[in-house]
Amino acid sequence: MPADFLIRAALAGLGLALAAGPLGCFVVWRRMAYFGDATSHGAILGVALALAFSTSVFVGTLGVALLMALAVSTLAGRGWAIDTTLGVLAHAALALGLIAISFVRSVRVDLESYLFGDILAVTPADLWFIWGGAALVAGLIAARWSALLTSTLSEDLAHASGVSPARERMVLTLALALVVAVAIKVVGALLISAMLIIPAAAARSLARTPEAMALAAIGIGAVAALAGLGASLTLDTPAGPSIVAAAAACFVLSLALGALRRA
Amino acid sequence: MTLIAADHLSVRFGGATVLEDVSLRIAPGEIVTLIGPNGSGKSTLLRALLGIVPASSGSVSRKPGLRIGYVPQKLHIDRGLPMPVRRFLSLPQRHGAAETAAALARVGLEGAEAKAMTDLSGGQMQRVLLARALLMQPDILILDEPTQGLDQPGEAAFYQLIDEVRRQMGCAVLMVSHDLHVVMAASDRVICLNGHVCCEGAPQVVSNAPEYRALFGLGTKGALALYQHRHDHDHDHDHGHGHDHAHPHHLHEADDHAR
Repeated sequence: MPADFLIRAALAGLGLALAAGPLGCFVVWRRMAYFGDATSHGAILGVALALAFSTSVFVGTLGVALLMALAVSTLAGRGWAIDTTLGVLAHAALALGLIAISFVRSVRVDLESYLFGDILAVTPADLWFIWGGAALVAGLIAARWSALLTSTLSEDLAHASGVSPARERMVLTLALALVVAVAIKVVGALLISAMLIIPAAAARSLARTPEAMALAAIGIGAVAALAGLGASLTLDTPAGPSIVAAAAACFVLSLALGALRRA
Repeated sequence: MTLIAADHLSVRFGGATVLEDVSLRIAPGEIVTLIGPNGSGKSTLLRALLGIVPASSGSVSRKPGLRIGYVPQKLHIDRGLPMPVRRFLSLPQRHGAAETAAALARVGLEGAEAKAMTDLSGGQMQRVLLARALLMQPDILILDEPTQGLDQPGEAAFYQLIDEVRRQMGCAVLMVSHDLHVVMAASDRVICLNGHVCCEGAPQVVSNAPEYRALFGLGTKGALALYQHRHDHDHDHDHGHGHDHAHPHHLHEADDHAR
């Protein structure tokens, strides 16, 4: 029987895979990769604020991630190029977060755990947050699947069929903030985008429909979480980066499988 | 009974006025074509009617419960999104397999359900977009230069298809077109737009109107002499060709390009 902390770590990884898989597909389809970066880098600021005001880190990251996501959509809507907007916001938020966290003396040693995750230290309470957030994200995406997919294909087509693209964008923004809050403990702020993008990208070569791609992304994320955790234990490597490395290995494997299927 | 109407509609983007005091109404079953030079606000008018672009002043009204089948100029689908034709046709509302097959057959694409959208040629893509619009059981079809990027036989076939569909389903059609031959042959009414409505009426009336002649600078009598020269005959592939409004129209005598 594996130790409790291992079981909790595995469950945390699986929870993240459940939420990040489908959302990651939308991030890939809509080319929002930078969007994930900006939101997750903002999370460090959220951590600092949460520690300064002694509230839950989950609440702090969720709040700041949401603000970042809103700021990005607003600025991008005003005609700034999206990569410029995100370049400004993501790195400004990261820098501000690092400065803010330096004022909270007690956590100076802990900074690494927020940048790279601390999956082996997931508490039962964390697990409730992670699974609650993941279920919310997965449920939200499932409930709005058709509308999300239509407005991803073409905002004009969505409008003409009575779907509001602005509302669907808000749904994704909210889901992204939730995933960031869920993922910061698992893979850390710097690697959240990786867990969104890599499993979805790996799923692409294996899937012929959007639904299959979302499910495959969940599966690949889950495999990566477990394999990364295993590697971390046997090779004594940091857990968060190991999970991302395992996902990257899945991506390479999927390219080979995809090539075989087409051959 | 009006399906969709614009009432003294103006649209401004920033400081630029794109549409000024445009009023129009579309009745059931009629084919109305919007023509006008580049930048005259044709697409903006369609988008305002669809509710994509907000009115700066004036208003757009639609019959309650109006079902719109919209065919955009073109649709770019990211290769990262696996999308078979069957799935595309069921967005956002699901349609049964039989219904989907019938819609594909109607546009001449029997059995294309499993094809990937990204593997379709330009002409096939327009047909799939039309099939999707038909599946909405539309009261009105709205088409924005639906034949851009098609070669001429493809274009002629596409307009013929629209005409057939209109006769079978009895829906109204509102389309933007550059191709005045088609406009004159197929439309009940033509609206000539240049930021405002220059003139409108039956095709013959419009083609004789001085405003229209001033805009398009026609020489030949009665016959339709405008032909938009295409720089880029894009035969049957679907990459995003940059064939857009950027370059000026080239006007030729129709004889130069006998069709």
